Amino acid sequence: MATDKYYVPESSPWPLTASIGLCMTAVGGAHFIQQSTMADMAPSFSGKPLFFLGLAWLLVVLALWWRDTIKESVGGLHSNQLGGSYRQGMLWFIFSEVMFFAAFFGAMFYTRWLIIPWLSGEGSGAMTHELLWPNFQAMWPLTETPDGTTTTPMGAWGLPAINTAILLVSSVTLTIAHHALLEGKRGTLILFQAATVVLGVIFLGLQALEYVHAYDMGLTLDAGIYGSLFFLLTGFHGAHVTIGTIFLFITLIRVLKGHFSEDNCFAWEAGAWYWHFVDVVWLFLFVTVYWL
Amino acid sequence: MSTAAATHDDHHDHHHAPTGLKRWLFSTNHKDIGTLYLWFSFAMFLVGGFMAMVIRAELLEPGMQFVDPEFFNQMTTVHGLVMVFGAVMPATVGLANWMIPLMIGAPDMALPRMNNWSFWILPFAFGILIFAVLMSAFGAGNPSAPNFGWTFYAPLSTKYGPASTDLFILSVHMMGISSIMGAINVVVTVFNMRAPGMTLMKMPLFVWTWLITAFLLIAVIPVLAGAVTMMLTDRHFGTSFFDAAGGGDPVLFQHVFWFFGHPEVYIMILPSFGIVSAIIPAFARKPLFGYASMVYATASIALLSFVVWAHHMFTVGMPLAGTLFFMYMTMLISVPTGVKVFNWVATMWRGSLTFELPMKWAIAFVILFTCGGLSGLMLAITPVDFQYHDTYFVVAHFHYVLVTGAIFSIFAAAYYWLPKWSGVMPSKLLGELHFWNSLISANLLFFPMHFVGLAGMPRRYADYALQFADYNFWISIGGFWFGLSQVIFLIVAIRCAMKKGEPAPAKPWDGAEGLEWEVPSPAPFHTFDTPPVIK
Repeated sequence: MATDKYYVPESSPWPLTASIGLCMTAVGGAHFIQQSTMADMAPSFSGKPLFFLGLAWLLVVLALWWRDTIKESVGGLHSNQLGGSYRQGMLWFIFSEVMFFAAFFGAMFYTRWLIIPWLSGEGSGAMTHELLWPNFQAMWPLTETPDGTTTTPMGAWGLPAINTAILLVSSVTLTIAHHALLEGKRGTLILFQAATVVLGVIFLGLQALEYVHAYDMGLTLDAGIYGSLFFLLTGFHGAHVTIGTIFLFITLIRVLKGHFSEDNCFAWEAGAWYWHFVDVVWLFLFVTVYWL
Repeated sequence: MSTAAATHDDHHDHHHAPTGLKRWLFSTNHKDIGTLYLWFSFAMFLVGGFMAMVIRAELLEPGMQFVDPEFFNQMTTVHGLVMVFGAVMPATVGLANWMIPLMIGAPDMALPRMNNWSFWILPFAFGILIFAVLMSAFGAGNPSAPNFGWTFYAPLSTKYGPASTDLFILSVHMMGISSIMGAINVVVTVFNMRAPGMTLMKMPLFVWTWLITAFLLIAVIPVLAGAVTMMLTDRHFGTSFFDAAGGGDPVLFQHVFWFFGHPEVYIMILPSFGIVSAIIPAFARKPLFGYASMVYATASIALLSFVVWAHHMFTVGMPLAGTLFFMYMTMLISVPTGVKVFNWVATMWRGSLTFELPMKWAIAFVILFTCGGLSGLMLAITPVDFQYHDTYFVVAHFHYVLVTGAIFSIFAAAYYWLPKWSGVMPSKLLGELHFWNSLISANLLFFPMHFVGLAGMPRRYADYALQFADYNFWISIGGFWFGLSQVIFLIVAIRCAMKKGEPAPAKPWDGAEGLEWEVPSPAPFHTFDTPPVIK
């Protein structure tokens, strides 16, 4: 299966065409957001239509690109050394994702530990408090902002706790599937990977339900810094769960097609690593956003 | 670092080199992609330079002459963004692409298609940004381009940002995707693609500095993505990250931005350290003094860069303990940096020095970068920074480290490796003209900025008080002179690309060391298909 020579692909049209798709998505996205949130911006082709066209273009190109890669893998062009490049690349990509979440977690701790005490008059914030918002009181979750917007915090022990359990169980099912893959137990692999995908979908459904509840009880994106942090942290996490679920679903199809063997399963393991990363982020979220 | 099987041609080159437009658009070849990066970055250098000329034209005399203050703000903003993200960073990525596989004996970058994607995102990202400037200059209704400075502080960029801010945000996201993929490629190439026997501590220092740079990129570019994402939601979806009325804080933006921004300045300078560490030994004909200490110094600088960010914010106000911590950490960076400068000088000490073009640029780098480093040390002292903050002294400081530092070293690299890239020697006469004109004009341009800064001239203003007029006149003259001097390099580069000049041998510099000199000049399309064995 594996060859000794490092595989350097022939020239490929996908990087350039993917860049065109990305550019359309970006330009369309910026205009789409402007046209749907600003009163003086009329909808035009450069907004919503361009955004979805660009997104579809990008996804099609990426699918074609990955199809090439899969063909090369199945065709036996990949050496163990190339497998190493893919694995290391995936790990560094996950590290970059960790740092993306770190920016939002950092913003949360800075808000909780410094901004809110200062706004309530601690330290050098005495005059700000006295002159601008004398009635403001420090608290977390911040249910009343300096300008008086009120909101309700999301408790930890309802849906979020159930979701925590779901993700923890999904990690276990995925690990069982991983062992089954390495031991060549196809039936167990398919069963437990399918279970993991289903758990991912259930998690996303419950998360959507939780957002509906949140909006019903006045916890909204524009309800001050607590709502901002709550929705961006859980929202980006949810987006990552979505990607992870799609990733696992695709590798499940590839399992059914018989693409993987115990020594040629990079894509499968990349999906699994991604899933565990998403899990760990959730645990931090559950503890710091919902619970404490 | 000699090799047994290094000088091996591409005799079993089963797929022939693609030709025509397809070669460049669809490339998976590290050398072609490196060339694309280098040409792109030079084009951006000229675009950003043109904006600097507009700035200097306006500041030639006190009073308002050519542009209105609003457009002046757009020029300072986009000049900074284009130079940082479009000129310096892609130039060093281009050098990494060309040189790292050659230096470690790899057949290509680890992930060649992703490599091309990293490049091709850039022209689109900068197309968006420059389109905003053109619309502002010539478009109907003259909508403003980004005008809040390259640091895009909230609330200037959130509540008060022009509509083009959203395009700017998305274009920063695109540059970020490009940088992260490029950096992952470098790290994986270095860790996974080294020829047998090329242990980590045998790698050329350029590879080491780029490895550490790539780590910094992967760590902080996502934080920048987080910052612009918070800007976008603050602008359009009612979040309160940078709005105190909702419980956020505009200062939070500065913390997030500079957590990215400080490592970012090392991202721009660490590859330069690697370049100079390759060139000085070659022309001193001595091995680099203190190789291991260079590696550890680079790593220390990178780690320290994560705990100094708030020295950009001393005047914003923070608790005394925080101020002291960031001041001392910043001053600590001068230790590993000093180690580097001493090592370069010690390498030259009692060497058989000759002063070919790359060496001239490298020595200019060592002296002028140290100048910029010393003014950085002054800025690190909190009470002193209270006076210097946001003056031309700061402008002088970061142009010394970025222009006479990073960009001079990139020119050094170009003159050093152009024979390998093109197969011809760059013109000596034009090169000398380029060097001496750049050296003198850059100092005329940037040195007096220290004086006007210390005397209190603020940065980023379209006009200034009368007492600054004389210095500003000469600064502008230096600016135009420096800008014109770069046209000479354009001619040098075009002549090399057209193969005009004396043919270059495989190793044109007799003191040069490294695998890249063991392949012919120009380097064949594929090199090290079978890895060389390093003793």
